Amino acid sequence: MALLEVNEITKVFGGLTAVDKVSFKVEPGEIVSIIGPNGAGKTTIFNMLTGVYKVDNGSINFDGKAIHNTSPQHIVHAGIARTFQNIRLFPNMRVIENVMIGNHINTKYGFLDEVFRTPRFRKGERECAQKAIDILESLDLGDQIDNYAKNLPYGMQRKVEIARAIATNAKLIILDEPAAGMNPQESEELMEFIRSLRDKGHTILLIEHDMNLVMQISDRIYVIEYGKKIAEGLPAEVAHNPRVITAYLGSGGISKDEE
Amino acid sequence: MKSIVSTASNFMHKNKLWLLLAIIAVLVILPFFGLSSYLIRVLCMIATYSILALSLNLITGFMGQTSMGHAALYCIGAYAGALFSTRLGTNFWISLIAAIVVGALAGAFEGFVTMNLSGSYMTVTTLAFAQVVTMVAQNWTSLTNGPLGIKSIPRPTFFGIELTTNNGGLYWLVLAFLILTVLFVTAIINSKMGRAVIAIKEDELAAKLMGIETKRYRIAVVAIAGALAGVAGCYYAHMSRYVDPKVFSFDISMTILTIVIFGGLASIPGSILGAIIMVAFPEALQFLSEYRFLVYGFILVIMMRFRPQGVLGGLSKQPYKLPAGVKSKAREAAAQAKEA
Ligand SMILES: Nc1ncnc2c1ncn2[C@@H]1O[C@H](COP(=O)(O)OP(=O)(O)O)[C@@H](O)[C@H]1O
Ligand SMILES: [Mg+2]
Repeated sequence: MALLEVNEITKVFGGLTAVDKVSFKVEPGEIVSIIGPNGAGKTTIFNMLTGVYKVDNGSINFDGKAIHNTSPQHIVHAGIARTFQNIRLFPNMRVIENVMIGNHINTKYGFLDEVFRTPRFRKGERECAQKAIDILESLDLGDQIDNYAKNLPYGMQRKVEIARAIATNAKLIILDEPAAGMNPQESEELMEFIRSLRDKGHTILLIEHDMNLVMQISDRIYVIEYGKKIAEGLPAEVAHNPRVITAYLGSGGISKDEE
Repeated sequence: MKSIVSTASNFMHKNKLWLLLAIIAVLVILPFFGLSSYLIRVLCMIATYSILALSLNLITGFMGQTSMGHAALYCIGAYAGALFSTRLGTNFWISLIAAIVVGALAGAFEGFVTMNLSGSYMTVTTLAFAQVVTMVAQNWTSLTNGPLGIKSIPRPTFFGIELTTNNGGLYWLVLAFLILTVLFVTAIINSKMGRAVIAIKEDELAAKLMGIETKRYRIAVVAIAGALAGVAGCYYAHMSRYVDPKVFSFDISMTILTIVIFGGLASIPGSILGAIIMVAFPEALQFLSEYRFLVYGFILVIMMRFRPQGVLGGLSKQPYKLPAGVKSKAREAAAQAKEA
């Protein structure tokens, strides 16, 4: 059984069908990419996956349970964590605190433990901080723990956002255009980094508008245009699909960035 | 100049505990220096407003939700304490517990009503909440005695001794309340709850998507603020021995908010410094008291323009304080570099 099974989800905004009966799956240990031009409906799919939007139709099953139309918090507990197309760290908090917030749902002590500084509290805080540091060190960010998130360069902020998602212990990490705003070299490095996450055992669902970027790292690719799925398959299959080529030529060609 | 400031702040950071203990020691022995009972009274009001400001700071400074009606919770705490002591004849400590519980319930209600609001919707709703509370205090005469207020509230007692300003008892009492409030607020801010609450200020949606039950926290924080305002209110009622609805007007809400903004959003020492200045100045400059609003407005505009984080607000430049036993390679490297 797939880790994530999305069945014909639909989202309508006013008269606009932003996502139209889109289905896809993610198996454990995969990197799956959803690609499509800007405005295709990719972020809207993520917003339904993470409970920000309700689905107007269709269903989402994760780990064997229906999660659509629950709450964002429920979905994090179920095991999906995300990053945002426009980075949404907690800017005036430190890097380590950002990642510790990712671990919030796994920090098990209560209000009275906080007030009376019980051993349970101290153990919980110690484990939480240590876990954040371990994750950050594994991403080469160990020397950034004290910095405020807003003071980091863009590329590092992206990585901290991924570290925060990892800290939730998510079974599936979903990344919304992680390469947005990066130059080609940075993007390339980021893709390598995402591959290394997969090699460490994480399952990743990735959104990207630049098809070339995800060709190398994806196990499978889904292509959507105007809210509809137009192709799916292995990277090589998708790249040679005539509908995909037209879609991409129609909006600027395969190799060019969307604006 | 910069280096003096940073040396001083480093020194203060390193010797924080000793400095705090020294300050507390001085505060404890203060009444023995023969202060007039008027001065003691001013100090008691400073401490009361410090508690109120710390309470509001949780909502506004840490959680990022501006309340313009904090006097409502103060009022509810004061009336709860006063009514228990006068109607039911309970002693001060029982009345205090009642004020804390009623304050927390009122806070939970306010938190529930405002949990989906932000920005000016939040501000206007809190303002309206305070108006409703004063109106109830004015008009529910059978309970509150209306505009005439509640008179002859008994003084607090401690093992049978009446606490007054003359014997310093009222001062030590509120000093103890303030110290406990500071410890309490510090404890909850430096924890999972504190991080969650600050995350709500920083980005409420991102907080939700990290699994934080934002609504539950928004209710809890206002409930906690209500409990603290309950302490301040109950203390005030038994110190002044009289309350009426006018004591908890819009004025007071503005004073508390000005203290928090002036002292520093999300700064605990800031709330105390703010209370010292905002309470002491009108006392020192009695002739200005007619123009208090003007002065508050002026202070707020100046702060917003030149130092929006408040006098003691802003991000700490000290390293993050890791819990004991946590290992960080960067920290170890820094410690080694220092030794070499
Ligand atoms: N909250 C919303 N209200 C109305 N329209 C929206 C909303 N969110 C997205 N849309 C529209 O849905 C379409 C898909 O947007 P989006 O999912 O952000 O595309 P992508 O991420 O693929 O670039 C766009 O036409 C966009 O304008
Ligand atoms: Mg998008």
